[in-house]
Amino acid sequence: MTAPNPTLNPAGGASAPPAGGRPPGRSSSRAAETRRKWYEIIGLTTPAVIVYVMFVLVPMGFAVYYSLFRWRGVGPPTDYVGFDNYVLAFQDPIFLDALRNNSIIVVGSLLIQGPIALGVALLLNRRFRGRTAFRLLVFVPYVLAEVTVGIMWKLILTDGGTLDGLLRSLGLGGLVQAWLADLDIVIWTMLFVLTWKYVGFAIILLLAGLSNVPHELTEAAEIDGASWWQIQRHVTLPLLGPTIRIWMFLSVIGSLQVFDVIWVTSVPAVRSLGASGTMATYMVDNGFFARLWGYGNAVAVILFVISFVAALLFQRFLLRRDIQGAITGRVN
Amino acid sequence: MIVAANAVLPPSSKRRPVSWSSPLTYALALAVAAVSIAPVVYVIVGGFRTTPQIVADPAGLPDPWVWDNYARVLTQSDFWGQAFNSAVIALGTTLGVVVLGVSAAFVLARYTFRGREGLYTFFTLGLLFPAGAAILPLYLMLRDLNLINSYYAVILPQVAFSLPLTIVILRPFLAAVPRELEDAAAIDGTGRIGFLWRIMLPLSRPALVTVGVLAFVASWNAFLLPLLVLGDVSLHTLPLGVQNFSSQYTSDTAGILAFTSLSMLPALIFFTLAEKQIVGGLQGAIKG
Repeated sequence: MTAPNPTLNPAGGASAPPAGGRPPGRSSSRAAETRRKWYEIIGLTTPAVIVYVMFVLVPMGFAVYYSLFRWRGVGPPTDYVGFDNYVLAFQDPIFLDALRNNSIIVVGSLLIQGPIALGVALLLNRRFRGRTAFRLLVFVPYVLAEVTVGIMWKLILTDGGTLDGLLRSLGLGGLVQAWLADLDIVIWTMLFVLTWKYVGFAIILLLAGLSNVPHELTEAAEIDGASWWQIQRHVTLPLLGPTIRIWMFLSVIGSLQVFDVIWVTSVPAVRSLGASGTMATYMVDNGFFARLWGYGNAVAVILFVISFVAALLFQRFLLRRDIQGAITGRVN
Repeated sequence: MIVAANAVLPPSSKRRPVSWSSPLTYALALAVAAVSIAPVVYVIVGGFRTTPQIVADPAGLPDPWVWDNYARVLTQSDFWGQAFNSAVIALGTTLGVVVLGVSAAFVLARYTFRGREGLYTFFTLGLLFPAGAAILPLYLMLRDLNLINSYYAVILPQVAFSLPLTIVILRPFLAAVPRELEDAAAIDGTGRIGFLWRIMLPLSRPALVTVGVLAFVASWNAFLLPLLVLGDVSLHTLPLGVQNFSSQYTSDTAGILAFTSLSMLPALIFFTLAEKQIVGGLQGAIKG
C-alpha cells in the first residue's frame, strides 16, 4: 500500500522504474519524518493547551455548574435550585444598579476616551523635539497599578482632600463636592478616574496604528497642497479604522469587567448601595466575601455571557479581519 | 518623474518642524502631559511632607522636605517582602507566558497539519473569556488543588489568561520569518527544533520582549487574583501591600503617599526602558 503505483507515475513509461516508484528506504524515512513532526507538534503545544484548558476553560465550565446550586462553598453542592440564582440577581436592585454603572462606564469610556486619545495620538505623531519624552509621560497612568491609581485618587478626592483644598485656595470653594460619598456623583468620579487611567492605552494603540500609515501617502497629500487637518481627516483617519475598532473592542470588554479601581477608590458602603458598584465588585462581594458561592457564580456567568455576546457582536459586525487572523481568521 | 519627486521631498520634510503650529503643538503636549503626571508628582512629592503639613495645606509643597516617610516605609514596613513576592510571581508568569506562548505560536506559524486553524481558534477564543468572570470557580479549583497560598495560585492562571493574546501577537511575527531561512537550516542539517532555538528565537526577540513586558507589567499590577488566593500576609504582593497599608494607617496620609510612590517606581522604570519595544510589538499585531 505504501509503495506508489508505478502506472500513476506522471513521468511516463520511458523512465526507469526506480525513478517512478520510491525506494522503500525513502518511504519509511518519510513516515518517520511525519511521525517526528507530530511528536514535535504535540510536544510543543501540549503544555500551553493543558494550562489554558485547566485555568481558563474548566473554571468557566464550573461557574455554570455551581451557579445552579444554593451553595455556601463547603462540601459538594447538593441544593439544586435551577435558575433561581439568576432570577434573584435580576430582582436585586443593587445588581441592576451595577448593570447601569457598567453601562455608564462602557459608553462613557468610548465617548470620552476615544476622541481624547485620537487627538493626543495625532498630536504626538507629529515630528517635534522631545516627542519621545511626551509619549512616555502620557503613558504613565496606564503603567501604574490600578490599586496605586485608586489609592492616589482616593487621597486626592476624599472629603477635605487635595482637590477640595486646591479648589478652596483658588477661591472656587463653591465647587467642592462629596466626590466619593455623594451617591449621585460617585459614578461620574469613577468614570473620570477610569478615563485618566486608561486613555493612555488607547493612545499607545493609536500611535502603533499611526506608525503603520505610510509616510509616502501623507507626504504626497502635502505636496498636493492639503492642509494638516485635511491630511488627518482624509488620509490618516480612514487608515486608522482597524486600530480604532480593536481599541473599542478591548475597551468595551475591559469596561464590563472593571473591578480594581472601583474596589479601592470608592467607599465600600457607597459601593454596596449600588452607587458605584459594578458587576465584578458585586460578584466578589457576594460570592467571595459573603460566601454565597452559587449566587456569585451565577453573577459570574451573567458577566461572562454579556462580555461574550458583546465580543461576538463586535467580531461579527466590526472587527472581522482587523486582528491578524484572530478568533476565526487565518494568518495573512 | 521619480527624480522630480525626490527633489521635492527633502525640503518639505525639513520644513515641517518649524511650521507655524509648533508653539501650539508644545502647549497642547505640555497640557496633556501635565494632566497625566500631576497626580503622580503630587503623590511622590507628598511623600516628602508630614501629615500635619498635608492636613493644614492639602495642595502645598513640602516645607521643609522630610525623608522620614520613605525611610519608614523602607525599613519598618513589609515593603521589601512584598516587592520580593511581586517579583517572583511576575518573573514566573513572564517565563511561563514566553515559553508556552512561543512553543505554541511556533507550531501554529511554521507547521502545516490538519486541525491547525482549529487549534488557533481554540486559543484565540480565550480573548473572549473575561478573566474576572472566572475568578470564583478558579478560587474553588485552586483550593481543591491545595494551591491556595502559594505562588503557583497566581502564576498558573496568569499564564493561562495571557496565552491567547501572546499567541495572537507572536504567530504573525514567527510566520513572517522567510521560508528560505528554514530551508537553509534544513540543508545544514538543522531540524525544526534547532531552527526554532538557533534562528527563530533570536530573530523574534522584539516580539518576545513585547509579550514578556506585557505579561510582566500585568502580573506586577494584578490585584483581584492575589487578593482572593493569597490570604497569607507573608505572600502578599505590592498591590495588596499598598491596599493593606492604606487601610491600616488611614490617618498616616504622608506614609501612604510614600508607600504608594515606592510601589509604582519599579513599573515606571521598567516601562520607560521597554516603551519602544511595546509600541513596536503592537505594530506587528495590528494591521494598518
